[in-house]
Amino acid sequence: MKQLLVFIRKEFYHVFRDRRTLLIMFGIPIAQILLFGFALTSDVKNAEIIIADHAQDINTGQITAKIKASTYFLVKEANINTNDIEAAFKKGGLKCVVIFPSRFGADLLHNGKAQVQIIADGSDPNTAKTLTNYLTAIITDYQLQISAATALPYSIVPETRMLYNENANGSLNFVPGVLALVLMIVCTALTSVAVVREKESGTMEILLVSPFKPVMVLIAKAIPFLALSIAIFTLILLLSVYVLDVPIKGSISLLYIESILFIITCLSLGLLISNTTNSQQTALLLSMMGMMMPTLIFTGFMFPLENMPRIFQVISNIVPARWYFLIVKAVMLKGLGFEYVWKETLVLAGMTAVLLAIALKNFKTRLS
Amino acid sequence: MEEKVIICKNLTKKFGDFVAVDNISFEVNKGEIFGFLGANGAGKTTAMRMLCGLSFPTSGEAAVAGFNVYRQQQMIKRNIGYMSQKFSLYEDLTVLENIRFYGGVYGVPGEIIKSRSIELVEKLGLQQEAGKKTGGLPLGWKQKLAFSVAIFHQPKIVFLDEPTGGVDPVTRRQFWDMIYEAAASGITVFVTTHYMDEAEYCNRITIMVDGRIEALDTPRQLKAQFGANSIEDVFYQLARGAKRSAD
Repeated sequence: MKQLLVFIRKEFYHVFRDRRTLLIMFGIPIAQILLFGFALTSDVKNAEIIIADHAQDINTGQITAKIKASTYFLVKEANINTNDIEAAFKKGGLKCVVIFPSRFGADLLHNGKAQVQIIADGSDPNTAKTLTNYLTAIITDYQLQISAATALPYSIVPETRMLYNENANGSLNFVPGVLALVLMIVCTALTSVAVVREKESGTMEILLVSPFKPVMVLIAKAIPFLALSIAIFTLILLLSVYVLDVPIKGSISLLYIESILFIITCLSLGLLISNTTNSQQTALLLSMMGMMMPTLIFTGFMFPLENMPRIFQVISNIVPARWYFLIVKAVMLKGLGFEYVWKETLVLAGMTAVLLAIALKNFKTRLS
Repeated sequence: MEEKVIICKNLTKKFGDFVAVDNISFEVNKGEIFGFLGANGAGKTTAMRMLCGLSFPTSGEAAVAGFNVYRQQQMIKRNIGYMSQKFSLYEDLTVLENIRFYGGVYGVPGEIIKSRSIELVEKLGLQQEAGKKTGGLPLGWKQKLAFSVAIFHQPKIVFLDEPTGGVDPVTRRQFWDMIYEAAASGITVFVTTHYMDEAEYCNRITIMVDGRIEALDTPRQLKAQFGANSIEDVFYQLARGAKRSAD
């Protein structure tokens, strides 16, 4: 036991003296959270739009007011001519044009059906899509509002709002994804590199000749990274709550327990990689390419899994981060309890057990 | 009768069809400097790994420090020290931290580590460098420090795997002074080497060719036996018949 403590202390020396690695460990999560939270957000703020209101009635006035009230748009009212729209887009700056035809209010009153044209700058498809979504949502919202006012039993109103709210904070989905990604990188890559470094420098040989048990070498290597990962996890949570305004709706302790489980999964993976290679570069490449890409692609936070071909959906099942992502989403964003995530937890625990068993077995057989 | 700290009988190691170590037998006395010579691929390292408890022999018997190599590897490890040709201390740790770490791994009590490490630093003349990282030390110092760390827990036997590779002649001479000192204090030294002049410093040497021991005696006796002027001549006479090419 005392030997283990001596060893762990040594591992901490390594970690704290390697400034570059430390920077990577804490820099990556901060950079990613800020990138995904702000730079890569699908939110569009203060987009310049023109509302061409040819009707000038109560209804169009109310809709215009609603659009103006939103922070997403910088509204300019102008009776722009259809022929001038293209020229306006070409000048740049303008993102979207909303056109109410002259009979808008009348059509709505008499036919119960009115048309509004939304023209967006399709050269920037992401922004265009987001803006048209926002506008459609605002108009749908208004339509429901007046339908309700006419005493017809419409009850879909809150659902629309939910959808609308989800659009309002794009960071929501990224936080669990970044968590999975960062823990994967930090635990898997750094653990494998730490073990392989001892092989490269020849110190592993000395350790194997010493009475210190080989399995203990792995445990001693893993513990500092476990501690650091928990610190990084806490940092990401703090950043997401206080900087990105993503609330933690579920139990924090459950979130921690699930995360520690996932960290152990990643550590086992790192140990496994370190067993199969003898150079730090290979270890880093294996864990970065072998782990990061599948995590990005198959976790479902960047590309929806539902849209993938069947074969990829099946493959995604063996990516541990996918299950962790589901758990974090459920616990953190939806506020669900353990009874909703026990299946995912079980899958993750099973994977961990298998990976750890293989890692330990390989490590032993390599000695003889 | 002298105390035998290593007893080896018909020790063999096969990797598939390849016989790395072929039926070797020898005994090493306590406090002896026992040299292990051979070309690359002759089986030196494989033999040493078996004696250090790193791998199991395919057949034959061996006892190190009185412990069986099949069943008591853990006890063997506790009673030996080991140093390889690669500098095997942590370069990002200071001299003292390295000493404390290895002392701790071998279970040396804390107070003893403290007093003994101060003595050691003084003996090596490293007082100025004690708090500095070992990465910055000259190679010669590193090797001397590594040797001191390998015998820090006062093992019965210390295994040295080509300890002086790449070291300048003056430092090599100093290094051998340290080996003599360790042997005088009762530590048995088992050393493999490429340098034929170093072989002359050993009490007894074995020359391995193709996994077999072709000669085992004191340097003087070997020279007389082969009618050679130096161990180098003896080695060439034996190695000429080698079938395995050096790699």
